[in-house]
Amino acid sequence: MHSSGISIWFFIGVLLTVYGALVLAYGIFELVTNQTANVILANLHAPVWWGGILLALGLFYGIRFRPGRAE
Amino acid sequence: MLQMVPLTFAASGLHSFTAAALAPGSPSLAHLGPLDLAVIAIYFAMVIWIGFYLKSKANTSEEFFMAGREMTAWIAGLSFVSANLGSLELMGWAGSSYQYGILAAHWYWIGAIPAMLFLGMVMMPFYYVCKTHSVPGYLKLRYGQGSSTVAAVSFAFMTVLMSGVNMFAMAEVMKIVLGWDMNFSIIVSSLAVAAYVALGGLRSAIFNEVLQFVLIWGGAMLVPILGLVETGGWNGFKARLAHNIATGAVPAGDYTHMWRSMGHFADNPMGIHWTGIVFGLGFAISFGYWTTDFLVVQRVLAANSLRSARLAPVIGSFFKMAVPFIVILPGLLGLVVLTNSNGSHMQLVGENVVKDCARSASGGAPVNLSQCSADLATTAVLPATQQAVLAGTGSVELHSYNEVLPLMMVRYLGPGLLGLGITALIAGFMSGMAGNVSAFTAIFTYDIYQPHIVKNARDDHYVLVGRIVTIVGVVISIGAAYLVMNAAGIMDYVQALFSFFISPLLGVVLLGMFWKRATKAGGFWGLLIGTLTSIGLWAWVKADPTALRFVAISPDAKDMAENMYRALWSVITSVGVNVIVSLFTTPKPLSELASVVYGVTPLPKEEPVPFYKNEWTWTGIAIAIFLALNIYFW
Repeated sequence: MHSSGISIWFFIGVLLTVYGALVLAYGIFELVTNQTANVILANLHAPVWWGGILLALGLFYGIRFRPGRAE
Repeated sequence: MLQMVPLTFAASGLHSFTAAALAPGSPSLAHLGPLDLAVIAIYFAMVIWIGFYLKSKANTSEEFFMAGREMTAWIAGLSFVSANLGSLELMGWAGSSYQYGILAAHWYWIGAIPAMLFLGMVMMPFYYVCKTHSVPGYLKLRYGQGSSTVAAVSFAFMTVLMSGVNMFAMAEVMKIVLGWDMNFSIIVSSLAVAAYVALGGLRSAIFNEVLQFVLIWGGAMLVPILGLVETGGWNGFKARLAHNIATGAVPAGDYTHMWRSMGHFADNPMGIHWTGIVFGLGFAISFGYWTTDFLVVQRVLAANSLRSARLAPVIGSFFKMAVPFIVILPGLLGLVVLTNSNGSHMQLVGENVVKDCARSASGGAPVNLSQCSADLATTAVLPATQQAVLAGTGSVELHSYNEVLPLMMVRYLGPGLLGLGITALIAGFMSGMAGNVSAFTAIFTYDIYQPHIVKNARDDHYVLVGRIVTIVGVVISIGAAYLVMNAAGIMDYVQALFSFFISPLLGVVLLGMFWKRATKAGGFWGLLIGTLTSIGLWAWVKADPTALRFVAISPDAKDMAENMYRALWSVITSVGVNVIVSLFTTPKPLSELASVVYGVTPLPKEEPVPFYKNEWTWTGIAIAIFLALNIYFW
């Protein structure tokens, strides 16, 4: 995808990073304030680890495929 | 596409689903908070950004219509499988698995994998080497302008109608799940799709499909993971399911095996037989859809090399095999984990029951109490639950099978994550619309406008036409959406229309690709008679439902069996007519068949690569996994 400039993987990286950060931030808020959402298995704190996974994947793709980086 | 339209939607018609859910007194399933809305808004901003960014990469017709043929195998492969992964698919098949169990996975495994691998390894070289831009374009090279125009016009017409159906469906689902105004959903989604496809062309559509694919996994995968945690894993789920069947909370049946009940039509709730699954679904429907439907083939034609074009469907096949994890499994888990607000076990029902048991806006007992009572008596809903519904205490809400996926999302996903799940659904709808619109644009411009209206214009003229046709396509889609909204019965006919063309087209393309003797007249008459056969069988069963026993060769057959056998008979007819007519007419000289027919097409020699990059290696692995899955869930 070099010829098209910015890679699709970069766009995906940006989106996952933003989503991961938002979900993780909310998860940490839940954890700190102990105000969990009214959902089943809230005690597992899915927003924390799922948000973390999304953020890590997003950062990986965002950095790995950032514009201008030679592959 | 009818072939791939979820069983429950196809069987019952989406309009009944929506009519049921839009009845007075039906509250929305989910309520989004600011964080969820932010997640959705960010998605829209991203797709528009991509469209504007890619505008500068869509200046020539090759770039606009074929994405410059620069897609890597991964991108083409993900886009290929994503074009088929709409939200109706997700919700409909999750509902089907709740209703019929793991039988629904046939549509993901035998109903897709063999055809995808066949496309990649056998058919792709011919599509790719002849440098066609579309499936009608291939027909033109092989059979001449007549067959090509027939296929192009029918495909363009149906594609834009399907786009409208998709748009309508999205608006309906957003209304049901979120309570959003339908006009708002239609306008916002169509503006976004029109913007990013008109700006960036196929490349933009493909980028957004890949984005959607990632979103669907990121938004939906948490549901089965948490569901399995709650049930104690697969074995825990099976134990709870057995308990529910024993107590009558779930209708008796084999929900976790795929082939054991296929020996006779009467042995399974779908009313199908293994011959229908293998030859009807696995060959006639699946091969027709995955190898000749331009909507999906267009994605692979955009690959940057023959090897990438061959690898793309193979890569797609791995993800296709995994999709049941986020679609079928949540439906199955819904059988044991969903509960009503009073803590009792929730039992989903058909659309007609939900509709007949609708309450007035102020609540209370169902408006049509006697009909509701009669409907409930035909279901497996427990007596205590029936009484609660009829009493209208509000402790039990009736939901349909198709709502199982949103219900599971609401059950497990809190703020942010729910927004992600809903965004996955929206992305699926928009991607489906964009796929239809981009395919319509290419077919109209290349196969109708260029050969019949303006033949030798400059390249930028066709790009401009493409952009205008994109907008026109979206406008027609909006019109179709409102048409369906006001005459819901049309939707069933639109879906059926697709099935009339795809399977006969498979017969014509296969014969054209692998039999040098097939002639122009043979192709034309094969396509025509095959299509008429399909229409005739459909009309026969429509007029006289008892005719199903002849079409599907069993008095115990049900609707899905009809689709499978009708497709099979139309392929057989198409091939038979093509062979007979070809034997009595003059074939093209071999010199004109180079690059379009097996045996006279020199395939380019590709650079040797390590075994782990070789397409045959991955095809072998895909076949092994496909067989293992079918044996494990036998």
